[in-house]
Amino acid sequence: MPASTAEPTASTSQASSESLPSGKPPFESWGRYPKYNARLVQLHWQSDFPSILAGSHEYVLPVGMGRSYGDVCLLKDGVLLQTTGMNRLLDFDPRTGILTAESGATLAQILDFAVPRGFFLPVTPGTKYVTLGGAIANDIHGKNHEAAGSFGNHVPCFEIVRSDGTRILCSPRDNAEWFQATIGGMGLTGLITWAQLRLKPIVSRGIDYEGIQYHGIDEFLELKQRYKNVEYTVSWVDCVSTGKNFARGIFMLGEHSRVPGELKPSPEPRLIFPMDAPGFALNRTSMSAFNAVIFHKQRKPHVRLVQDYEPFFYPLDSVLHWNRMYGRNGLVQFQYVIPWEGAKEGTIAILRAIANSGLASFLAVLKAFGDIPSLGMMSFPRPGIMLALDFPIKPGVTMQLLERLGDMTLDYGGRLYPAKDAAMTPRQFQTFYPNWERFARFRDPMITSSFWERVTDTNGVKPTV
Amino acid sequence: MTLSAFDPQPARSAATEPVHHHNVSPSARVTRKILVLGATSGIAEAVCRIWASQGAQLFLVARNAEKLAAVAADLKTRGAAYVGTAVADLDDTAKHSELLSHAINSLTGMDIALLAHGILGEQPRAEQDFHHAAQILHTNFVAPVSLLTWLSNYCVQRRSGVLAVISSVAGDRGRKSNYLYGSSKAGLSAFLAGLRNRIDREGVTVMTIKPGPVKTAMTAGMKGSEKFADVNKVAQSIVAAIDKRVDTLYVPLQWAPIMWVVRSIPERFFKKLNL
Repeated sequence: MPASTAEPTASTSQASSESLPSGKPPFESWGRYPKYNARLVQLHWQSDFPSILAGSHEYVLPVGMGRSYGDVCLLKDGVLLQTTGMNRLLDFDPRTGILTAESGATLAQILDFAVPRGFFLPVTPGTKYVTLGGAIANDIHGKNHEAAGSFGNHVPCFEIVRSDGTRILCSPRDNAEWFQATIGGMGLTGLITWAQLRLKPIVSRGIDYEGIQYHGIDEFLELKQRYKNVEYTVSWVDCVSTGKNFARGIFMLGEHSRVPGELKPSPEPRLIFPMDAPGFALNRTSMSAFNAVIFHKQRKPHVRLVQDYEPFFYPLDSVLHWNRMYGRNGLVQFQYVIPWEGAKEGTIAILRAIANSGLASFLAVLKAFGDIPSLGMMSFPRPGIMLALDFPIKPGVTMQLLERLGDMTLDYGGRLYPAKDAAMTPRQFQTFYPNWERFARFRDPMITSSFWERVTDTNGVKPTV
Repeated sequence: MTLSAFDPQPARSAATEPVHHHNVSPSARVTRKILVLGATSGIAEAVCRIWASQGAQLFLVARNAEKLAAVAADLKTRGAAYVGTAVADLDDTAKHSELLSHAINSLTGMDIALLAHGILGEQPRAEQDFHHAAQILHTNFVAPVSLLTWLSNYCVQRRSGVLAVISSVAGDRGRKSNYLYGSSKAGLSAFLAGLRNRIDREGVTVMTIKPGPVKTAMTAGMKGSEKFADVNKVAQSIVAAIDKRVDTLYVPLQWAPIMWVVRSIPERFFKKLNL
């Protein structure tokens, strides 16, 4: 049984405590919160689902690498269908760049294949350890949102299998509503068996990188405007400092180098997943060490260099299992987008509330989303300012802060990101995503997630910590 | 038996054109002709992915057409110069010679054969039901003996070739938890040792691969399976060992000393252990 203070009351049933004797659930999300028991079933073949369930009437949820942070990839006391064994690359056409792959292929595996052939992901999140299916189901975004939109914008078609065995080919033309429901559909519309992805050509692994220090949201917006034609833009923002250092950060931009370079595959990560290494607790020393690494990496106000794509896109992937830094209680993420109308005012107000709370730990990400509409009914991105940061789980404090920040987001017309969430209330979710009832009609009757159960709960029950 | 071939043209052109490789050992630079029996097994598929990325020519045999098609498509995409397939139940030994000659004709030769088919079976059921026990022995021992008899004669005539066969550490000593599977693999290992003793001097390498527990579809759901060896690492070791023409490979390597200890325990103690 894990430390009971970190357990949501909903999961402290007798069954859970019996089946979690060592406190380690069979599958954890990246935030390691909440912790739920479930039965993990590995899928290896496209034909495994639904036959592998052999007529069982348990609820199921397709999951990939478990890199979403909260409970969108969890199903308390249900069956998790892990797709990572279903990772075949079925076709690649170098003339169009279209790759067809099974949904459990990770973006890391796709890069290993594509980069030596001179191709790159059209959109990539901050980790390459996510599956193709997960990227579609959460309609993930990357540093090039302004130039490229979100992941679903680059997926010409895919197939889903429903729990009754029906296979549905989805594209903007075929079964268009199913296509829209499944992109950003949190895995709830059916199991994605395979998908196509339009890769883009590159001539080098290198990224022409620039890092520029800024102080405050006005300077951030100025930089965003000045570099609006640069493909990749993102910024680290300091969510701890107040006073003259309030909302200081580093604005980072990059473009694929146009100088041909060697297109060798990435080296294997040097660290092996430390399955039973104890996590060290988050403390002031480790926090300031992390901050120091990021801030003192850039001593000058403006830095220009050519960087390999690995540290540019995936700085944290080199520290395998970095989420263990938050200890066994885990962490929660808070990620909003606020439309331009209230973006500046809302961001300043929320950053102030976060800084005053004293709870923020590591650096946060501040970025502008562009105007390219996402295709999913439930997609998170929309034009405006996006902020993402981690909070350690502190019983009695974190959830209350998150609810307040969620309400502030709501007041400024924004929304939170289900893939990062463990805290939004049903009322917040249903206001953020007014399409949710229409989307619910596409949900597979046998598929659900702890997230979905939580945010559609009409009794308004919310997790208490 | 259904026979089909994926896009046979590239096979011929690839034989004459230079193939580009990354990090390939010198012996692997020639595009090799490889026959894989039980190609949808987790270990075989992982090994084939490495060979495919080296531009090998592959002929794949498996029982399930749908799974075989997915594996073949993947290997083609990853760079195999040729991928031929045949759907066959390898239990049917009467059809082996037809199958093997077709495969080798499609490949226009054969440098390596990987035998990877096998079943785990259910030990408790095999203890009660001889037919199930016989099934395990047939699939894991009798059928490979049939295949290897044909293949070894083919290789001896050409005085070259590698016959790489997946046995198991379970064959090193019978244990109550899986002695039917274990004895089928023990028979296979003994057969391979004898075959090697006979034909190694004829220029044919017979390689006994003894994997410990590996994370694959076969072992999914078994107790402790999350700690089993990573199939891609196992595959890397197998490919390297084939290039070096190793006789017996324990993989991961730590199973060599472990099994030495297991074999050394006197029977009067061993029989009381719960293994």
